[in-house]
Amino acid sequence: MKTVTFKGGVHPPHVKHATEHKKIERAQLPPKVYIPLQQHIGAPCKPVVGVGDEVKTGQKIGEAESFVSAPVHASVSGKVVSIETLPHPVGANVLTVVIESDGKDELSEDIKPGGDLESLTPEDIKKIIREAGIVGMGGAAFPTQVKLSPPPDKKIDTIIINGAECEPYLTADHRVMLEHSEDILFGLKAIMKAVGVEKGYVGIENNKPDAIKKMQELVKDENNIEVVALHTKYPQGGEKQLIYAITGREVPSGGLPMEVGVIVQNVGTTAMIAKAIKTGMPLIERVLTVTGSAIAEPKNLLVRIGTPFREVIQQCGGFKQTPGKVIMGGPMMGLAQASIDVPVVKGTSGILVLSKDEAKQYQERPCIKCARCVDACPVYLLPTRLSHFAQHGMWDEAEDYNALDCIECGSCSFVCPSKIPLVQRIRLAKSQILDRRKKK
Amino acid sequence: MEKEKLLITSSPHIKDDDTVEKIMYGVIIALIPASVMGVYYFGLHALLLIIASIAAAVVTEAVFQKFRNYPVTITDGSAVITGLLLALNLPPGLPVWMAIVGSVFAIALGKQVFGGLGHNPFNPALIGRAFLVASFPVHMTTWISPVDGTTTATPLGLMKLQGVSTDYMSLFLGKIGGCIGETSALAILIGAAYLLYKGYIDWRIPLSYLGTVAVLTTVFGQDPIFHLFAGGLMLGAFFMATDMVTSPITKKGRWIFGIGAGILVVVIRLWGGYPEGVSYSILLMNGVTPLINRYTRPRVFGEVKNNG
Ligand code: SF4
Ligand code: SF4
Repeated sequence: MKTVTFKGGVHPPHVKHATEHKKIERAQLPPKVYIPLQQHIGAPCKPVVGVGDEVKTGQKIGEAESFVSAPVHASVSGKVVSIETLPHPVGANVLTVVIESDGKDELSEDIKPGGDLESLTPEDIKKIIREAGIVGMGGAAFPTQVKLSPPPDKKIDTIIINGAECEPYLTADHRVMLEHSEDILFGLKAIMKAVGVEKGYVGIENNKPDAIKKMQELVKDENNIEVVALHTKYPQGGEKQLIYAITGREVPSGGLPMEVGVIVQNVGTTAMIAKAIKTGMPLIERVLTVTGSAIAEPKNLLVRIGTPFREVIQQCGGFKQTPGKVIMGGPMMGLAQASIDVPVVKGTSGILVLSKDEAKQYQERPCIKCARCVDACPVYLLPTRLSHFAQHGMWDEAEDYNALDCIECGSCSFVCPSKIPLVQRIRLAKSQILDRRKKK
Repeated sequence: MEKEKLLITSSPHIKDDDTVEKIMYGVIIALIPASVMGVYYFGLHALLLIIASIAAAVVTEAVFQKFRNYPVTITDGSAVITGLLLALNLPPGLPVWMAIVGSVFAIALGKQVFGGLGHNPFNPALIGRAFLVASFPVHMTTWISPVDGTTTATPLGLMKLQGVSTDYMSLFLGKIGGCIGETSALAILIGAAYLLYKGYIDWRIPLSYLGTVAVLTTVFGQDPIFHLFAGGLMLGAFFMATDMVTSPITKKGRWIFGIGAGILVVVIRLWGGYPEGVSYSILLMNGVTPLINRYTRPRVFGEVKNNG
């Protein structure tokens, strides 16, 4: 298989065997859902329901008032029992609508198919996407419709669907590609139409040969859509790395993909777009991988948004070992959670539970200048220098050494034999640099 | 409900298996063939020198760390490497106490005064050797023949002073006068292959270093094969110029480092006062490494292509 890739990167163990061959299972309806009014990058939503209100599945409960935002919807039918500030898996506490399920899962009357793709205008498509509350489901959770509305001076000519799934452990995208391949193709066509683009790609890492084959067969009669096999290497699914691998274009330092005429969408998001157009269903559930050595029965689950992690884990047989660390997302860029009493949100690509032994804290040693971090950095930075600058408060130097270009992929920290928390220090440098800029 | 005790740390949550210890022990393993050949050719005294030098390095490191209230990290293998490399760079007939003095100096003034592992600008073993050459010039240039144990000259010395060449086979196997670990190119290459295979050294430095020597000696009418295999060049190119701590972190920088060291060796060997120049060439390039790093920063992804 001919593959393409980027320069740099690392080869963490894949550890996908536990779930890669497991069909997506529909999770049981949770008794209660906790739906944060902010599950995306941008402004939080305003609640449009009150405590005591009866809601139906798919009904809008939070309205997005600014452009960069996305509405949220009830993921079960039942009664709103409270609206309060609660813990959120992405850090700060967020205003959250708590709905007690009536177990009926009654669909809201608002949910109507959007019509077929031919008859929809680009504006219609974008409107459906916005109203469905769709955000980037690979983890970043940026409102999709905003991403599909570049300023008119930016000419977009290529859409790339990101099926790299380069994070170890995670297999949700892989399964979606196998089980919902038609939705991905449909979604891609919808995106191409919405943006007015002629060329579409689906990029898939070659550790998923079955998905590549399946998608390739599906697009064999589409002459403007191509499935590209990617070399399996982390962070192959990083937007800039993916664009470079497939088109050879380098997104300028500090710039967005649209500056080289490309928009990237994750496979889960793309399948969701198809669903929203075909059925009118907003984003109220998603596929996620529940895995790790502490999980009794690892699975790919279709879970309602707002289901607590605890509930999801119980549906996977609970813990078979004392959990040491719970991560939302993959092990390279995922977020460690303080508690499993947080809800699944739109950007939850997986729940990874490491055992006590695996969740170790590493003894840091001095930098031996081995330059492995330098070789690994997909942005060609000098992580060892940046970390040194950050440790000594040398923010000007850090800025001069392009700290702001760091995509925080963690490849540097991963390879460092001295176990130096490089990306953590570089993040610090980035925030200091930005703070100082604001003050100027 | 009982709460789980969860560890919260920043991503990434997994790390590569390689550690400083693994790399250091890898280098030690790679030096075994050269050490064994050294002992085979030069006998028990060579073994004694190796043991004494390693022991002195490890003890000095421990004493320093204790004294400064740092964690004692002598098991990481880095002091062992310094001791071993120094020993391999000593004449086989050197009195044992001199090896100990050199080793103590290497760790104390070559490494610990700068703050220990990772902070030393110069290769500590070469600092130790340079100190010994300056203090005991006669002992440090007295060589014994592996054939009959009598005093002899090194192939480079023979070449420089008498214009006598040595046959390739002896050079390759190491049946010649020289430092304990430098004479057998074969043994060194076996170790080097292991290091390259493990990814513990970057091929750019030895290639550019040896390549430069080969090209320049040819240009100046010398026998390049003789120059590659004679003296400490092989040992230096694979085991000392490649020392991570004291060589550049950028790829371009490593080319410059190797080429620079190559030029210096040839200059010293052909026109300098000494027959050999490997140690000094590496030490000098160590000195300019921070500068090389500064001026060879790679182009950042998306930087130049866009602007020009
Ligand atoms: S410096 Fe940033 S971009 Fe480079 S490897 Fe580290 S985290 Fe990734
Ligand atoms: S990988 Fe770690 S030890 Fe090696 S140069 Fe980078 S920071 Fe230093």
